[in-house]
Amino acid sequence: MNVNQSIPPVPPFGQPQPVYPGYHQSSYSGQSGSTAPAIPYGAYNGPVPGYQQTPPQGISRAPPSSGAPPASTAQAACGQVAYGQFGQGDVQNGPSSAVQMQRLPGSQPFGSTLAPVGSQPAVLQPYGPPPTSAQVTAQLAGMQISSAVVPAPPSSGLGYGPPTSLASASGSFPNSGLYGSYPQGQASPVSQAQGHPGIQTPQRSAPSQASSFTPPASGGPRLPSMTGPLLPGQGFGGPSVSQPNHVSSPPPQALPPGTQMTGPLGPPPPMHSLQQPGYQPQQNGSFGSARGPQPNYGSPYPAAPTFGSQPGPPQPLPPKRLDPDAIPSPIQVIEDDRNNRGTEPFVTGVRGQVPPLVTTNFLVKDQGNASPRYIRCTSYNIPCTSDMAKQAQVPLAAVIKPLATLPPDEASPYVVDHGESGPLRCNRCKAYMCPFMQFIEGGRRFQCCFCSCINDVPPQYFQHLDHTGKRVDAYDRPELSLGSYEFLATVDYCKNNKFPSPPAFIFMIDVSYNAIRTGLVRLLCEELKSLLDFLPREGGAEESAIRVGFVTYNKVLHFYNVKSSLAQPQMMVVSDVADMFVPLLDGFLVNVNESRAVITSLLDQIPEMFADTRETETVFVPVIQAGMEALKAAECAGKLFLFHTSLPIAEAPGKLKNRDDRKLINTDKEKTLFQPQTGAYQTLAKECVAQGCCIDLFLFPNQYVDVATLSVVPQLTGGSVYKYACFQVENDQERFLSDLRRDVQKVVGFDAVMRVRTSTGIRAVDFFGAFYMSNTTDVELAGLDGDKTVTVEFKHDDRLNEESGALLQCALLYTSCAGQRRLRIHNLALNCCTQLADLYRNCETDTLINYMAKFAYRGVLNSPVKAVRDTLITQCAQILACYRKNCASPSSAGQLILPECMKLLPVYLNCVLKSDVLQPGAEVTTDDRAYVRQLVTSMDVAETNVFFYPRLLPLTKSPIESTTEPTAVRASEERLSNGDIYLLENGLNLFLWVGASVQQGVVQSLFSVSSFSQITSGLSVLPVLDNPLSKKVRGLIDSLRAQRSRYMKLIVVKQEDKLEMLFKHFLVEDKSLSGGASYVDFLCHMHKEIRQLLS
Amino acid sequence: MATYLEFIQQNEERDGVRFSWNVWPSSRLEATRMVVPLACLFTPLKERPDLPPVQYEPVLCSRPTCKACNVDVPALIELFPSFQFPPAYGGISEVNQPAELMPQFSTIEYMIQRGAQSPLIFLYVVDTCLEEDDLQALKESLQMSLSLLPPDALVGLITFGRMVQVHELSCEGISKSYVFRGTKDLTAKQIQDMLGLTKPAMPMQQARPAQPQEHPFVSSRFLQPVHKIDMNLTDLLGELQRDPWPVTQGKRPLRSTGVALSIAVGLLEGTFPNTGARIMLFTGGPPTQGPGMVVGDELKIPIRSWHDIEKDNARFMKKATKHYEMLANRTAANGHCIDIYACALDQTGLLEMKCCANLTGGYMVMGDSFNTSLFKQTFQRIFTKDFNGDFRMAFGATLDVKTSRELKIAGAIGPCVSLNVKGPCVSENELGVGGTSQWKICGLDLTSTLGIYFEVVNQHNAPIPQGGRGAIQFVTHYQHSSTQRRIRVTTIARNWADAQTQLRHIEAAFDQEAAAVLMARLGVFRAESEEGPDVLRWLDRQLIRLCQKFGQYNKEDPASFRLSDSFSLYPQFMFHLRRSPFLQVFNNSPDESSYYRHHFARQDLTQSLIMIQPILYSYSFHGPPEPVLLDSSSILADRILLMDTFFQIVIYLGETIAQWRKAGYQDMPEYENFKHLLQAPLDDAQEILQARFPMPRYINTEHGGSQARFLLSKVNPSQTHNNLYAWGQETGAPILTDDVSLQVFMDHLKKLAVSSAC
Repeated sequence: MNVNQSIPPVPPFGQPQPVYPGYHQSSYSGQSGSTAPAIPYGAYNGPVPGYQQTPPQGISRAPPSSGAPPASTAQAACGQVAYGQFGQGDVQNGPSSAVQMQRLPGSQPFGSTLAPVGSQPAVLQPYGPPPTSAQVTAQLAGMQISSAVVPAPPSSGLGYGPPTSLASASGSFPNSGLYGSYPQGQASPVSQAQGHPGIQTPQRSAPSQASSFTPPASGGPRLPSMTGPLLPGQGFGGPSVSQPNHVSSPPPQALPPGTQMTGPLGPPPPMHSLQQPGYQPQQNGSFGSARGPQPNYGSPYPAAPTFGSQPGPPQPLPPKRLDPDAIPSPIQVIEDDRNNRGTEPFVTGVRGQVPPLVTTNFLVKDQGNASPRYIRCTSYNIPCTSDMAKQAQVPLAAVIKPLATLPPDEASPYVVDHGESGPLRCNRCKAYMCPFMQFIEGGRRFQCCFCSCINDVPPQYFQHLDHTGKRVDAYDRPELSLGSYEFLATVDYCKNNKFPSPPAFIFMIDVSYNAIRTGLVRLLCEELKSLLDFLPREGGAEESAIRVGFVTYNKVLHFYNVKSSLAQPQMMVVSDVADMFVPLLDGFLVNVNESRAVITSLLDQIPEMFADTRETETVFVPVIQAGMEALKAAECAGKLFLFHTSLPIAEAPGKLKNRDDRKLINTDKEKTLFQPQTGAYQTLAKECVAQGCCIDLFLFPNQYVDVATLSVVPQLTGGSVYKYACFQVENDQERFLSDLRRDVQKVVGFDAVMRVRTSTGIRAVDFFGAFYMSNTTDVELAGLDGDKTVTVEFKHDDRLNEESGALLQCALLYTSCAGQRRLRIHNLALNCCTQLADLYRNCETDTLINYMAKFAYRGVLNSPVKAVRDTLITQCAQILACYRKNCASPSSAGQLILPECMKLLPVYLNCVLKSDVLQPGAEVTTDDRAYVRQLVTSMDVAETNVFFYPRLLPLTKSPIESTTEPTAVRASEERLSNGDIYLLENGLNLFLWVGASVQQGVVQSLFSVSSFSQITSGLSVLPVLDNPLSKKVRGLIDSLRAQRSRYMKLIVVKQEDKLEMLFKHFLVEDKSLSGGASYVDFLCHMHKEIRQLLS
Repeated sequence: MATYLEFIQQNEERDGVRFSWNVWPSSRLEATRMVVPLACLFTPLKERPDLPPVQYEPVLCSRPTCKACNVDVPALIELFPSFQFPPAYGGISEVNQPAELMPQFSTIEYMIQRGAQSPLIFLYVVDTCLEEDDLQALKESLQMSLSLLPPDALVGLITFGRMVQVHELSCEGISKSYVFRGTKDLTAKQIQDMLGLTKPAMPMQQARPAQPQEHPFVSSRFLQPVHKIDMNLTDLLGELQRDPWPVTQGKRPLRSTGVALSIAVGLLEGTFPNTGARIMLFTGGPPTQGPGMVVGDELKIPIRSWHDIEKDNARFMKKATKHYEMLANRTAANGHCIDIYACALDQTGLLEMKCCANLTGGYMVMGDSFNTSLFKQTFQRIFTKDFNGDFRMAFGATLDVKTSRELKIAGAIGPCVSLNVKGPCVSENELGVGGTSQWKICGLDLTSTLGIYFEVVNQHNAPIPQGGRGAIQFVTHYQHSSTQRRIRVTTIARNWADAQTQLRHIEAAFDQEAAAVLMARLGVFRAESEEGPDVLRWLDRQLIRLCQKFGQYNKEDPASFRLSDSFSLYPQFMFHLRRSPFLQVFNNSPDESSYYRHHFARQDLTQSLIMIQPILYSYSFHGPPEPVLLDSSSILADRILLMDTFFQIVIYLGETIAQWRKAGYQDMPEYENFKHLLQAPLDDAQEILQARFPMPRYINTEHGGSQARFLLSKVNPSQTHNNLYAWGQETGAPILTDDVSLQVFMDHLKKLAVSSAC
């Protein structure tokens, strides 16, 4: 979802809804009615089926067989949806029972499934379609009902909308035995779990590796690592009570939660598994559900009946609450890491050290390895053999951001000048001098740490060694003591053996009717006048060395001569777009200060000149070609800023036609939507790269512009694409200008070549990002800025040595914005391991997700999206299964045990799977998908992290005085309290969600209106008010924006408003309207996959 | 004979016509035996201050096949017996005779009132690959020219170097231009598309469709009335920069002349077809890229020479010529003309481009630099006005020639293209551009002269009655510089004579000057396509045959050979013609040859004769200035010579005079007469310089000066290093040449003429 999108029409959302409701009705009919809260879950329902697609078979089948056995109602509930159980199970780790309860929605579906057993599979597979018309209507009815109900819940103190109802429900539980039982069960499990330390301990043998999710709940205290658990506490006030209810059978067992579930059924074991997780979580974060499923299946059926017997009301309440808290919570993980590692500087001296999470603010001290701001690896401990690596399936990848901007308190890399002979390198592998090189023979020679070749030390570089074999001057030389540094390149490193000229920026402005009409041209020209003073400059330079040029175009191109000696700019029209060339040389690229008067005059006149234009057609390829030719003629590298509005349909090379076809989605041909229409763009990109011409594309489309094709050139040249759909000056001005300013001002390296060298044994085999490769080793980047990231995958060549570890050296040759040719070197040493456990212990999930997302997003170019999703799921399952099999202490098969470092893998992976690219909703345009796809390709780890799992910040929870950012809550509707206000951001979008029952005072102080109903939905600017809350919120928004590379436009969303659907799209733990699974469901599914692999 | 001379002169004055024969042999056979064809030099726009404007349209012979205008009716009725008076003439009376019926008006000019008047168009095509001062001078000339243009004339500007820029002149503030790659050949359609000429350029037009008349004025942003954009264009020209693309050592600048011309042609074609327009190409070097390139940009490979051409080593010549010919034909078809102003020390490709000027009636000017008075004044002179205040130029003319039935039209030589109008009066034998009775002359000035060749077709056995006359009518439709359409009709008639019985008459009516020029034109025309020696041989043979026919001699006795007065000068003309740069390429570059031939083919008789045989005046203390023989014997130490070759004015100081001047006598009061003597030729030269177009190269030299070669190469080498007897005598200066002298030439001629062998 791009912020850009105009507010999506209601219909799409509405449609999906019906589907879900259908489930409710069928299954719960009665219950649903009571379950009012279900509404919010509506989404869930949808997703669930999604999951089931895969599982369905299993489920549908399983149920029957097991169906008979399942006696206990509780189980039944779980069983209905195998996932549901899993989810529950997972949840249970912490609040297992709660999970189940929450499942309600899920359970409802179960009900439905139960009813029409045969139909289940069908329903499940098609995410959307399942509901029959009848169902739909019924659902609708249900929805309404639920909605009606909802209002009531708010009263509940819990923050969550749904929960409230639950609370109330819980309250009721006691009354109704059945109901009570569930909730109780949920609650109890937690408490039980806590109580069952004993059980946990056994598992703990491995604990360190895996974090247990469950620990949280009430047990929180015990299991510090358990993040998820914390939540449980919420609902638990009651749980204890409930426990008893459930406990009837389970309590005694260590696995109460499970028991609760199973309890009813009688099959405790599965329950245990579930429970265990709850308990065990401490150890591995294993989820009890593992086993559960099977039994569960059986149970579900029975459960259904029970449900039936039990009136709807109870169900809704219990399930919602507990579930999420039990499963690993990203928020908790992030917070823990922040607390544990945010205080101490991260010192890079130690090999194979896992850095703090990207979400943690920490200081880096370079002591020989590159800062994690430059390089992050999926694992800091590499398996010694390829067999091991294959077994683990953990991708070995590094996410490299060579020109990353550092916080002000960290020093940027030192520049080293080795004089005329150039940087010292290994003669064989050409690796650059680095701290890992071994000096021998008294310092007369050095052995390359990458290829072991022994090289002579040139006389001018000679230095004696101390008693440890270290050069005496090691600490005087950055290249001998630091992980990152720069060399001044000699002329040998320059194109044509000539030092480069300073680079140039060329602004190429679409002046067709659309651009003029929206006011874009005027706005842009006005902005450029001042922006040109802020071109990037190097170090302390007084003025930027960068020269600028201007081109406007519609279906012909207009070049401008802005030579300082002219009184007026001169326009040169080139209409021969079929065979583009640059009509002038002198006066096209100029120094801003020298030609200021002429440039100002030009920028004043451009909007006037084209004010009456009727030209609607545009060209594209010739524009870039022109810019590239201009740079070629000027013999320099540079960047083109292209401001483009429409599909280039004018007769010219690269002419496109509208080929947007939503019918292709979910077919084998879907991939064509991501592929460029013609090869002309790639060819052009190649030429651009050869010239060091980077393209930044700003798109202002009113309709389909074929981003997939247009973004090819920016993508391959290391540029950026910005998209402002339906651009209106009033609404989008700030966002565009902010992005533009940032883009123009940021420091860029030009005409760059990056090469990643590795020590013997591994080899860089694959690269992801915005660049071009003409051979298999050199990453060519026409331009590279501090935001662009290259992900590199490694494979084994040979056996690695535990002793020596594995070394990476990333060398980036580039031209600085002052025209200086430099080499930036980043070195990183990794450990090697012979034990898989070491691998899993030193993984970084965020980086892993970064890699997997990029891998998947590239995959959609060539494979059907479904296949890509399946691959991801399979790989993830394999990773986790391998861990389970080789590293986790023995435990019941029903238990889901996750490595501590990867406990968030499922939730994050689910986010990737349900992202717009891999699972588009009805309101997502083809352009949006292509746009996001290419964006992600060059994102760094922090960006992918927040992009896939948005931050949801409660605004009124913490005291107004507190200056720290509020702690985020999990991205689920359940976490929203209708009495509160939240900010949600994912790096691209920023929402301010206002609960329906927010205090008037708050409304007044934020929006300056008297009531909730008077708040304008879709508002994009908060009024500037002089009160603490307003200041704080606006301050927070500003600081969020400052953290991101792109300006996030604010959208105010009111609860229950049409726009809310858009907002809900980002609540990634919930089921999505497009069929994406909820976290819980996915976890269950993953569990099942793992179990299949293990069996 | 005096009468004939008077008659000829009178005819020329009145009608601008000079016939080779003023009495015509009445049979085909006899005519062919006359050797010199029946032909005339016709100057369509012969300046006639006395010509009354006739404000109505001509009346045509109503016989559909004839369509002759009814001038000089008595003659017509006589010669075109079938002439029928149109009804409009019903009211004619003795006192109210229309002008065309009065005999003295054998030439009459009608002014057509109807039809849209379209302004004149001047499209400057300017080379920017020039040296800084050259460009500056050119810019100044161009700026100056703006003030000379009629205020409502449309001007346009195209500049070129490596790229071609078409400047948009209407815009305010920012100056716009459309740029084209200089290497790409574009079709007219492409050019018009790219210039946005194919659809209404301004939306405003749709608002007022009711004014189609306005259309041409607004439809092109590239051509605007001078009075509107005077200031703008002046500034624009002032800001013109040298072509900014770097030229590396050892290279020529890349110059896209071919494309620039192509765009200019395409622009006018798309906007103002069939309207008087001049494309004025200013170039300072050879085209080095794209279509029409004449030489590559490697300086080490020199531009083609005659030697290369003979050896077929001129790589680009054929292709380039083809390109320019194509352009020239298109331009001619649209009624526009192309001028070429080429100023460079080296060749500029005139050889390839010549057709642009030749076929469209444009000017060709060659100079060393734009920063010379030669160019500046020549260019200025284009915009001189006649006594009526009109420019001395006309556009888009068609010349329609009609003959009485005894004659047919064989062709024309001059700045024209054929319109391919076949008719009963068109001969199958072509001389020059034939096969038609109509030609298009896109650019005309008052001296533009065509040679028109006829064939007598009357059979020997169908004698013409005594006193019968043959008639020829020239009808010239043209656009006057006042933008008015005009028709000038010239009707002439000449007596027939039977060559067998009245040869003397015919002989006496021979116009040797006209004949020489007409034969020379034929020779030059042939030389364009044939090998030089062949043409010379052909000329020689014609001369010998003529001498055989009209000379009086005893067979095999050269000494007895005599020619009558009316033929006496003719052999001498031929002698000099043989030595002229029109036929001799030795010592001339291909460009120079093209340049000379271009002018030879369009100048009137007087100028042409000067070109063939330069005029030499002698100044001395012995008497007033006198014309002297163009002979080495005229070069004497105590004389000052002034030679006018049309292209050059040479002032040559004899040895003694030069020494005197060196000694400074002219500054001494007591030798003021010497000062006057020195001044006299200068004044005379100035007079010639003032009058001539293009301005000749002015050479002031003296005995022993290097530039004296211009004189020495022209004079008849009667004394050379071979006839040693002349050495040391006071009879003139020996010329170091192996060329034959006139005496030798004449001796040979006589010998051959009297020989019965041929």
